[in-house]
Amino acid sequence: MDKKIGVAELYSEYANKAKANLNNSYNYVIDDDENKLFIEQSQQRYASGDNLSLDGIPLGIKDLFCTKGIKTSASSKILSNFIPQYESFVTKQLLNSGSIFIGKNNCDEFAMGSSNETSHFGPVINPWRSKTSPDDDLVPGGSSGGSAAAVAEGSCVASMGTDTGGSIRQPASLCGIVGLKPTFGSCSRWGIVAFASSLDQAGPLTNCVEDAGHILNAINKHDFNDTTSSNHKREDYVSEIHEKMEGKIKIGIPSDYLIDVNQDILNQIENTKKVLSKHEIEFIDVKFTTTDFALSTYYIIAPAEASSNLARYDGIRFGVREDGESLDDIYLNSRTQGFGDEVTRRILIGTYVLSAGYYDAYYRQAQKVRRLIKDDFQRVFNEVDFILTPTTPNEAFKIGDKLDPISMYKNDIYTVPTSLAGLPGISIPSGLSSNGLPLGIQLIGNYFKEKQLLQLAALAEKELAFNE
Amino acid sequence: MVIGLEVHAQLKTSSKLFSSSPNQFGSEPNENVNFIDSGMPGMLPVLNYGCIEKAIKTGFALDFTINKYSVFERKNYFYPDLPQGYQISQFEFPILTEGFINIDADERQKKIRIERAHLEQDAGKSIHDIDPKYSFIDLNRVGTPLLEIVSYPDLSSADEVVNYMSSLRQILMYIDVCDGNMQEGSLRADVNLSVRKPGEDLGTRCEIKNLNSFKFIRQAIEYEFQRQIEILENGGTIEQNTMLFDTSSGETRAMRSKEFSHDYRYFPDPDLLPVNITQEQIDKIKPTLEELPHEKLERYINEFKIEKNISKIIISEKDNTKVFEKMISETDVSPKVIASWLVGDIFAYVKENNFEVLDLLDRTKLIMDLLKLVSEDVISNKAGKEILPKVLSGEGNPNELVKEMGLEQVSDTSELEKIIDEALVGEDENIAKFQGGSDRVLGYFVGKCLKASKGKGNPKLINKILIEKLQK
Repeated sequence: MDKKIGVAELYSEYANKAKANLNNSYNYVIDDDENKLFIEQSQQRYASGDNLSLDGIPLGIKDLFCTKGIKTSASSKILSNFIPQYESFVTKQLLNSGSIFIGKNNCDEFAMGSSNETSHFGPVINPWRSKTSPDDDLVPGGSSGGSAAAVAEGSCVASMGTDTGGSIRQPASLCGIVGLKPTFGSCSRWGIVAFASSLDQAGPLTNCVEDAGHILNAINKHDFNDTTSSNHKREDYVSEIHEKMEGKIKIGIPSDYLIDVNQDILNQIENTKKVLSKHEIEFIDVKFTTTDFALSTYYIIAPAEASSNLARYDGIRFGVREDGESLDDIYLNSRTQGFGDEVTRRILIGTYVLSAGYYDAYYRQAQKVRRLIKDDFQRVFNEVDFILTPTTPNEAFKIGDKLDPISMYKNDIYTVPTSLAGLPGISIPSGLSSNGLPLGIQLIGNYFKEKQLLQLAALAEKELAFNE
Repeated sequence: MVIGLEVHAQLKTSSKLFSSSPNQFGSEPNENVNFIDSGMPGMLPVLNYGCIEKAIKTGFALDFTINKYSVFERKNYFYPDLPQGYQISQFEFPILTEGFINIDADERQKKIRIERAHLEQDAGKSIHDIDPKYSFIDLNRVGTPLLEIVSYPDLSSADEVVNYMSSLRQILMYIDVCDGNMQEGSLRADVNLSVRKPGEDLGTRCEIKNLNSFKFIRQAIEYEFQRQIEILENGGTIEQNTMLFDTSSGETRAMRSKEFSHDYRYFPDPDLLPVNITQEQIDKIKPTLEELPHEKLERYINEFKIEKNISKIIISEKDNTKVFEKMISETDVSPKVIASWLVGDIFAYVKENNFEVLDLLDRTKLIMDLLKLVSEDVISNKAGKEILPKVLSGEGNPNELVKEMGLEQVSDTSELEKIIDEALVGEDENIAKFQGGSDRVLGYFVGKCLKASKGKGNPKLINKILIEKLQK
């Protein structure tokens, strides 16, 4: 259905929904007045015909991106009063492409969590409800849970998220939308509140694969201010997205990902295989040797980096300070009261694995295993072009259901290996569980193969016809 | 006494190690601070390649192995003047390893081996004495590039330490790596000192932190040496401590003991890639390396025939050599003569009048005009010394001053002959003495003639004409 709609009308339709979701999927909704000028400028560009690629598109922004003059809290108490004086590289590109920000999406505190329950501002409720127990409030996944819920509930056209171990793909899967994590080094980390520097990567959460391509076109640029930003040649990720892919495509399905998986999840893989087989696509069984080690490797490296990245939140220069009798008391009080339990847990784990006498056994060993995981992927990519896996081992669960950290961490079991290898991965909705909740599949490509990955995802999306 | 030194040299670069803020001393508090320096969320370091170039130059100057692979790591600790909560430094893979310096020690040369040198960020400054209740933080120094140069424990006296430190300072200034200004903290040393009886194993060491003058280094070493000996002679044991030197009392005191030492949890900084330097990059820097102090010394002695002690005075400061080399490039007066004027009357004037040596740079032309007048016998050496202060204080050019002051030497032979003839009148007795072989009376005659010429007669010419006349 085609319908013409003005920029202002589009904006207020989404902004009103966002306002209704303040303190749920949004930590902060930008005042209409503050966006007035952006809306007018966008209207003028449309009127004169020189509109930009994302002109007038209302976007949500995960509250982890520093946005100039707009509160940026990382969903933490310690940053609850922080207003950056600079704009992150990625959000700057989005503004330069004409998009209009609706507000800052709730997320897990410092992006640490898989259910959005660690946010200082409270959990986010998944817009989906189970057929069997419709009264239960379900989690949207995490850490980009507010972003995923916002797109699913229609309070923004798309939202910018970040993915460290699955934080875009997992909530996208649990909310029935598309989530893309580009290759590490594609999109600058400059101005994103750091969680784990060697893993963090920005990416879009969208209603469809093509939207993900449009946003990727805007944000995938080399940035001199991020040393880990790659200067490979960028492509147009949209213009050929619906065209037939060249050559015979081989997709690997790792058997080690499908052990102990429930029937609902298995059905997603079988169904995807069935609908894509019509298109000269060959499916090959592959097996990784390192999958079992990925989660423990991740839970050494990510907390180690986080323990150091979060040292700057000391209450001295910005953020919330809790007073004390001595300098040590100020540190202790500010950090004890400023950080939630999960963040504290990870800082402690990270501090431990880097400590004298434990470094070699944990951190150094984890780096070695990480190298093996990368090599394992390259071995498999010698045989196949893409890898197909479930995105999550389960559907959305009830808020408060997974209280122990280990069972929460296991939610990322399929997304973490890709993150450790730095590879691009996309989750697209593939069907509903027996409870009527959305499930997703993950497609993984080789480094910087986002263009082909999006082509394949667009094809799968069309064949799976989830949105219809 | 066994001593090893950790010297922190601030690199002379226009911007900081990982940010584009200006790297300069003396600005208003927190003026040279950007979002990276203040540790704002989401800020990322970007390596200033200029610092790598300075490190490579140091590598050549101190005979280091220049490592093509080095890694920046995070050294984690909390302090208010450390905004990131970690210092970016090099740990497992430093950029330079295994260098050395030859120093003067008891009239001999002693080789002091250097274990490593690595790049790191400086921290800010905490100021505790402005307010009774609050401390103040100045982040200007945050992120300033430092090269930490770690010697082996090859030093065995305060003299050697001072010689090592001053050689190091001299070299770093020559190659334009560090401005050497110890008062401003551009060069500071941590001294690791232990004592032992000859032939015994190394004793337990204490580290005295942050010494920023040769005087303090000497005082701290002497105090700490006595302190350790007293403890041992009273049957005690030395605790491995980090010490502070109290500049007002001249004493060292413990800052923290080993039990409270930090676990810095070093790990490679994931925001930065390992530093890979190519051979081409190294080769490109080699020709830019300035002449080193010992090379200059040899050249001054061998090429310019300047005495060793005078050469040493000139090369002791790079600024001296700048002035000297500009002077010799502007004249044909012999370098040897220039050198002796420079370290003599010129430096004396500079010192008395609180000049900077570099202030001479825009007066070298005038100074050379003056020395030319002297060397060409237009004026006497004595007259030259009289005019010099006026030239240096900018009161005029030498040619005019000579005329104004009436110091021009009389070199007109006929005029001199007249003076000499008059002087010889009534001196028959002395003339006979000269002819009888007494050289002493020649001096008497010269003096008399000079006096008669009111000091303006050219002494050499007077000498020559006198001898001719007397021998007749």
